[in-house]
Amino acid sequence: MIEVKNLHKKFGKLTVLDGLDLSINEGGIFAVLGPNGSGKTTLIKCILGMVIPQDGEIIYDSESILGKSDYRNKINYMPQIANFPANLTVLELIEMVKNLRPKPANEDDLIALFGLESHLEKKLGNLSGGTKQKVNIVLAFMFDSNLIILDEPTTGLDPIALIHLKKLIQKAKSQGKTILVTTHIMSLVDEIADEIVFLLDGKIYFKGSVSKLKEETGEKHLEHAIANLLKKQYV
Amino acid sequence: MFKILKYSFFDLMRSSWSYVYFAFYLVLGFVLLFLNNDVSKAVITLMNIIIVLTPLIGTIFGVMYFYNSKEFTELLLAQPIKRTTIFMGQYFGVSVSLALSLILGLGIPFLAYGLFQSSAIFEFGLLLVVGTFLNFIFVALAFNIALSHENKIKGFGYAILMWLFLAVIYDGAFLISLVIFDDYPLDKFSLIATMFNPIDLSRILILLKLDISALLGYTGAVFKQFFGTSLGFVLSLGVLGLWVILPVWRINMKLRKKDF
Repeated sequence: MIEVKNLHKKFGKLTVLDGLDLSINEGGIFAVLGPNGSGKTTLIKCILGMVIPQDGEIIYDSESILGKSDYRNKINYMPQIANFPANLTVLELIEMVKNLRPKPANEDDLIALFGLESHLEKKLGNLSGGTKQKVNIVLAFMFDSNLIILDEPTTGLDPIALIHLKKLIQKAKSQGKTILVTTHIMSLVDEIADEIVFLLDGKIYFKGSVSKLKEETGEKHLEHAIANLLKKQYV
Repeated sequence: MFKILKYSFFDLMRSSWSYVYFAFYLVLGFVLLFLNNDVSKAVITLMNIIIVLTPLIGTIFGVMYFYNSKEFTELLLAQPIKRTTIFMGQYFGVSVSLALSLILGLGIPFLAYGLFQSSAIFEFGLLLVVGTFLNFIFVALAFNIALSHENKIKGFGYAILMWLFLAVIYDGAFLISLVIFDDYPLDKFSLIATMFNPIDLSRILILLKLDISALLGYTGAVFKQFFGTSLGFVLSLGVLGLWVILPVWRINMKLRKKDF
């Protein structure tokens, strides 16, 4: 579904992605993991066309996407930090995004699910971090797309919202969609991820199922298995 | 692009600064016309204010809008819209709303004054055209500066410096060079030097139209002698157009490689 080939990205002298190759098949939950600054967000932003790589190719639905924009209609994206224009209301924001995407949306169910009805008329600048994140989730899930990219989706969420989010992710998976998620919360990965993509030094260091990772590192807990991977880096 | 333009435009229309700017021109227009009672003098005073103020406001609004709408831009970048569409929409949103403040702010007092009976309608129209040009030019320059600088304070500083340079320092340096190189033929030099500053160019454009040779100054006189009134008029309008097109073109070039 997504094919990333030999992706290179430098910010000034800092090499973030160094010839990264990745292929993601249709359907399932993929957890993109890696230490801070390993290039998770850069990889995602390259797929979305927000960061422009120096070299390499990205193919989505058998089409090269670099420099194009229409393909984004087939991707739902939830950014890491919910930054919204402060003087719009929640409703205006949702209407605006709907207006900009030529496809049907089902925002009402999601608004009800996260209890946002009472916030709809409030300005985004006045919302708390967690509420903003809920709006962020609504925006990411209200369209029906085959690829959903979530960058640190759990930040600031209360436990109930977190449960709803997990259900949403599972539901999307059961519909045969592909979900790409980055997170630092290993319990979440253990719970939902079908496959782990571990980034290190701008390359894919490990790719495979959770059980395969545990097997290879000889650890029972995912956290320790990941730590084990990281240890190799620091030695 | 019109969707983005619409959102940017209404976003700015909500901010009180647009109204302050509008009100300023409104008051200025009324005061100058009704207390002065001489339209051509009012036009000259307005010219002096417009050629300094519209660039300043265009620069500040352009830079501020660019940095303040970072979140909005990031949200838009994840949507199926071309980058150039997003930024051109924002650019025209800012420029059009500022131009509207200028045109309405000065137009209303002039209409109230009974402009259509007056012979000054063309001078006044030209004033608005030049003001609008300066608006588009300086918002584009401000967007260029903001695109090249991730750091807000730096970007803001450079933008103000650019305005100061073009509005004040350029003239000073130009005059000094004329004095120093007094012994050489300076016609061509001063012609070209004028082309490189949209503010000078606007001033000459209006003065050529007003035909007040006492105010033309050295460059104006050279300009008039060299091109004659109508050719000079068309040429300077064309160069002002280039001053819009080139910065806008550079915005689009810069966008191709920009990371967000």
